[in-house]
Amino acid sequence: MKFTGKKYIKSESLPFFWCSGCGNGIIFAAMVRAMEENNLANKDIVAVTGIGCWGKADDYLTTHAFHGTHGRAIAVATGIKLANPLLNVFALVGDGDGVTIGGNHLIHAARRNIDIIVIMANNLNYGMTGGQYSGTTPFNAITSTSKHGHVEDAFDVSSLVKSAGAGYVARSTIANPRMIQKFISKAIKKKYGFRFIEIITICPTHYGKYNQIGDPVEMLKDIKKRTINIKKTEQFSTKELENTITVGEFTDQNIEGYVERYRKINN
Amino acid sequence: MICGNQGGRFFLQGNIAVGEAAIKAGARFFAGYPITPSSEIAEHASLNLPRAGGTYIQMEDEISSLAAVIGASLTGMKAYTATSGPGISLMSEHIGLACMVEAPCVIVDVQRAGPSTGLATKPAQGDFLQFRHGTHGDHMIIALSPASVQECFDLTIQAFNFSERFRCPVFLALDGIIGKMYETIEIPEISEFKFCNRKQATGLSEDFQPYKPDTDLIPPFVPFGSPFITRANGSGHGIDGYPSADAHNHEQLVSRLINKIDNYKEEITLFKKYYTDDMEVLIISYGCSTRPAIAAMKKARKKGVKAGVLQLQTLWPFPGNIIKALLPQVNLIVVPELSAGQLKSEIIKYSQGIPVIGVNKYGGKSILPDDIVAAIDKENQE
Repeated sequence: MKFTGKKYIKSESLPFFWCSGCGNGIIFAAMVRAMEENNLANKDIVAVTGIGCWGKADDYLTTHAFHGTHGRAIAVATGIKLANPLLNVFALVGDGDGVTIGGNHLIHAARRNIDIIVIMANNLNYGMTGGQYSGTTPFNAITSTSKHGHVEDAFDVSSLVKSAGAGYVARSTIANPRMIQKFISKAIKKKYGFRFIEIITICPTHYGKYNQIGDPVEMLKDIKKRTINIKKTEQFSTKELENTITVGEFTDQNIEGYVERYRKINN
Repeated sequence: MICGNQGGRFFLQGNIAVGEAAIKAGARFFAGYPITPSSEIAEHASLNLPRAGGTYIQMEDEISSLAAVIGASLTGMKAYTATSGPGISLMSEHIGLACMVEAPCVIVDVQRAGPSTGLATKPAQGDFLQFRHGTHGDHMIIALSPASVQECFDLTIQAFNFSERFRCPVFLALDGIIGKMYETIEIPEISEFKFCNRKQATGLSEDFQPYKPDTDLIPPFVPFGSPFITRANGSGHGIDGYPSADAHNHEQLVSRLINKIDNYKEEITLFKKYYTDDMEVLIISYGCSTRPAIAAMKKARKKGVKAGVLQLQTLWPFPGNIIKALLPQVNLIVVPELSAGQLKSEIIKYSQGIPVIGVNKYGGKSILPDDIVAAIDKENQE
């Protein structure tokens, strides 16, 4: 069945403000399709965003929305969900927002298994402020603040969130929009616990330019070339897995969510 | 709850009186991070909120604590947090957010000696200017300060009422002395309280605008989950809640956030006066410096010095007009405070040339009545 997600899109605000070649439109489309696939009512959705390119996503939504501060979307979402557990609370965060300045909130929300869905657009740099390095920028990469090459290693965010205790963690790339939709849809269906979907995306304007990877099409091809499904990673050595992108479901458990556990313990 | 729905006399700690009053005022959400000397408020909430059908959560820091409080508030719940100066420093980011998204909430600060970690268990009044100017950008804030356990209870109710009425964060400024002190207080029957709940939007239609203010400059509230879609936005926004970087729009927005409080300054200004009718020496105090101020006033009067006390219960918006009105016969203003002179610096703006002297301690020790009397004597000798 084909879904458009149209009822969640503020069409008069289109086109998106994102640069041409940006992957955020692909993530956005997959997200609203997954919402429609699950027949979510607009009134039952709160989209919580922070600051960053993907943090502008709520500008195009016709759901309830909270556009807050840089890095704190997950903390705001926690308060909304606990105060009204009937709501479907989505935190839409980037890599700078969600795991660099907001890294502490991310791991604690995962540990608590707070019943929210986090959709992280990971474009490996701070796009909105001009392409500086973030907590997911790879070693040696060139950014506007690592012109000699990046000194630090990057977070493997999905592995981090999995080990912090989240009930559901999955990663896809913008080269596979159907997979993004499938994971978000599954996260919605699960209803409970902390559900985290990381999407590896591209920033041709900054990261692509600085690292001379080429135009958006070349960047997409590069992502495709480096993608390995998590089910197949066992076939490869650690050395062979270097510089690859593991996609798939990192964990999928039915752990009791925070809301349910809180209710049981405090009753 | 210690006092339940019954009225009566109770022997309570200041921090506990705050917790009891918060739940009585209808608060059902607390997010916080433990810090001395405020932790009893968190402990009280963790024990009592679940029993009242509410939620307590201990967050990873004060930044996320206030974020969660704001999120909860916008679902329609009365929400609060409690901390001390170091926590207020971390919360500063979201004090601005609460102002901007117009989320009613109460932030309790049990002040301790700073700067930085300072003296964790020692009282201070060094956050006076931080309440007003802690977060960046132009805005107006409400801050109340109790000087007894009874006032801890009464002003907590008042803080929730103001936050709901004006859709803004309200500070409740305790200090290590007032928060940790035990006294017997009188709690009225529940039917005798006046509780204010935020103005709800009514008669909504499809073209509902979440930030369209009424004539009182306050936009009616719609909670997340309502069939009428609402938006909260910490960035510059139009009345529809969508972003706007238009200069005129932003000036209008910031002016409204200031004026929706400033215009009701008279209603917000709470204070107590002692022996001010014939006074020549005016002692201005708040919080823990009030008791030594009153004792010093009595001592001074015995010596023939006509002293009076103005106790500020509302710190912000600053009640400068109340001070001005008391000045005609006054020839000396004395400001005892557990800070190097923050309150004094604000009073000077309204003192109309009358000498203002501070009695300042900031080592964690209380001000004594004799400290104030000595300061008056010294000034009168010169």
